[in-house]
Amino acid sequence: MTTNPVKIPTGAEKLIQCLEKEGVEYVFGLSGGAAIPIFDALVDTHIKLILVRHEQGATHMADGYARATGKPGVVLVTSGPGATNTVTGLLTAMMDSVPMIVLTGQTIRSSLGKDAFQEADVTGITYPVVKHSYLVKDASEIPRIMKEAFYIARTGRPGPVLIDLPKDITAGPCDAPFVEEVNLPGYEIPGAVPVEQLEQTAKLLRRARRPVLYIGHGSVISDAGPAILRLAEKLNAPVVNTLLGKGAMDETHPLHLGMLGMHGTAYANKAVIGCDLIMAIGARWDDRITGKLDEFCTDAMKIHVDIDPAEFNKVIRPDVSMCGDARRVIEDLIPFVDRCESDEWVAQCDKWKRQFPLKYNKQGGLKAQHVLDRLDALTKGEALITTDVGQHQMWAAQFLKTRKNRHWLSSGGAGTMGFGFPAAIGAQLALPGKQVWAVVGDGGFQMTLCELATAFIHKLPVKVLIVNNNYLGMVRQWQELFFDNRLSGVDLEGNPDFVKLAEAYGIKAFRVKRAADVDRILKKAIEYNDGPCVVEAEVVKEDNVFPMIPAGAPLRNMIIERPKHKLEKPTGST
Amino acid sequence: MNITGIENSGVHTISLFVNNKPGVLVRVALVFSRRGYNIDSLVVSPTSEENFARMTITCSGDEEVFEQIIKQLAKLIDVVRAEDHTEQDMVGTEVALVKVAVPMESRTSLLQVAEHYKAKVVDYGSETLMLRVHGETRKLDNMMSLLSAYDVREVVRSGKIVMARGNLQT
Repeated sequence: MTTNPVKIPTGAEKLIQCLEKEGVEYVFGLSGGAAIPIFDALVDTHIKLILVRHEQGATHMADGYARATGKPGVVLVTSGPGATNTVTGLLTAMMDSVPMIVLTGQTIRSSLGKDAFQEADVTGITYPVVKHSYLVKDASEIPRIMKEAFYIARTGRPGPVLIDLPKDITAGPCDAPFVEEVNLPGYEIPGAVPVEQLEQTAKLLRRARRPVLYIGHGSVISDAGPAILRLAEKLNAPVVNTLLGKGAMDETHPLHLGMLGMHGTAYANKAVIGCDLIMAIGARWDDRITGKLDEFCTDAMKIHVDIDPAEFNKVIRPDVSMCGDARRVIEDLIPFVDRCESDEWVAQCDKWKRQFPLKYNKQGGLKAQHVLDRLDALTKGEALITTDVGQHQMWAAQFLKTRKNRHWLSSGGAGTMGFGFPAAIGAQLALPGKQVWAVVGDGGFQMTLCELATAFIHKLPVKVLIVNNNYLGMVRQWQELFFDNRLSGVDLEGNPDFVKLAEAYGIKAFRVKRAADVDRILKKAIEYNDGPCVVEAEVVKEDNVFPMIPAGAPLRNMIIERPKHKLEKPTGST
Repeated sequence: MNITGIENSGVHTISLFVNNKPGVLVRVALVFSRRGYNIDSLVVSPTSEENFARMTITCSGDEEVFEQIIKQLAKLIDVVRAEDHTEQDMVGTEVALVKVAVPMESRTSLLQVAEHYKAKVVDYGSETLMLRVHGETRKLDNMMSLLSAYDVREVVRSGKIVMARGNLQT
């Protein structure tokens, strides 16, 4: 009698089974020697592999997938350079609290530390840019580590988790059972906020005559928008959001003043300057929000809601801090608050809105602002927008009003050029029926444009709007305004013909040079759904983003239009 | 109340209860280095629980960012507890080994110093003496300053360990 031997899975097979159990749909990756066993195991799973052309692209795709859905994005790369190419994507996810799992192949255990081929100390290199990381030393640890990694990545303040997998572990057997419970004594997720803090907050709000709610990415992540809307309406308080807070609450709501900070709307910043109470909800008083700290809201009461207690007193010492999930805190707070005596204040904010609208000079050639303004009008907030980093990003933030949560994906904290296009691919895979636009500059797009092939092969109807001014425009703007227009390292002479470039990948492409053609071309792109398409907008070369608060200056130093006099060099970092 | 008396402004004593696994020390060290903090002493030692270790750290740097240091340490997944004992009622102690070159015939005064500080002679050689002394950091500092009159060849100090008094948790 022969017994049927039970096949023991390999470490890689176990790993993939763990991904299946976590509900993973896609793995974004690029193979290599040390990761071959894992790629081999991918053959037998329903999880789809999205083969990228560069590992940075894989991280931003996973990031875009995660930001669009709230679910961790998964990256799989090989050891050495494959792994180090994920560092930028890890930083991007870390700075913006994005859940991500990065699986890196590693040399066999007996070669660790011996400068083996394609060996890199990946856990060592990435310590500062991960929420947590693991170097797997025994195959039996795989189920536990995978369970913990997903749990850590998506809970609390989300973030990236890296798992370094020696090849002999993934190739060898693993008969450890799946793990259902996590046991992490050093990891605590804040629960409900004590009633005393809610009462204290309500007391401060009751006294406020000029309140402002300042909402950030934490509000997006916890889907706090509906609760914030109810709070704002109950209080009669204007709302401003950060770059990453766009979409938590509909930016077209009458109480909404749009984005605040360095390139925020004049009326949002005027409201922050004039308020007597500012309540941060899932926002971290970034230097691009506060400007010169000593002069930021000096006389206003400050309330801070954040899930990460390390954010309290980091930049600002709030009068009340409430540690918890933004949505839950706000929902708990609503019953305690009353309408503020803020009619005059809201009227004043409305007046500023009318007095200092976003504007741009419509004379001269094609303006990026016009293209984005029209894109907003034609997509009506239904499209999911990703951006790259630079002038186009700020114009997009200003002119594209985000109406829905998780419809605005942008690299905020890290300011990663090359983010926008791959992030759009990840978002499009997550939401197949959604209209997805990547708004990018000519500089950043060229950092990850190799993923055109990835978008093409999967026939993803991602639409790429290249705002092409043939410059690294934001730096050029600083050089013009603060460095006597001594341009250095910003001229992108030698740019390719982006239409031909797209066509070389088999991708539909349009070019627009005149304002009169913008609607027609954008409509064509919107209607084109047979795969990706590229719209190259050749905009005027030397245009600036206004309003602008010079880095490190107080908010009141806001420049609303091009200054006639020379400006002092900014003292803030960036 | 300050028991050890060494906590001048800017010097802090932190106790961490951490997972006992590779990489934890690096994660902890990075919290300090990123914020320009210097680690003055660091003791890693086993605990009564097999899977956990104790780190006792004295450090100095900008007061403004100290709160961040503690919070960022507590935020590390591998750190179970991060306690700042700086202003706390605690017992602190450290050990020093001191090697002094001194001829046989002129050892009396050195041995008097040793006796005063309850230092033990742990190696009595023909050319050198080795003393072992333990106690609060300030006591060790004082003894070291007296010994500077001698030909001190080597000093190895363990770094400080602390324990909170009474019901306070270390």
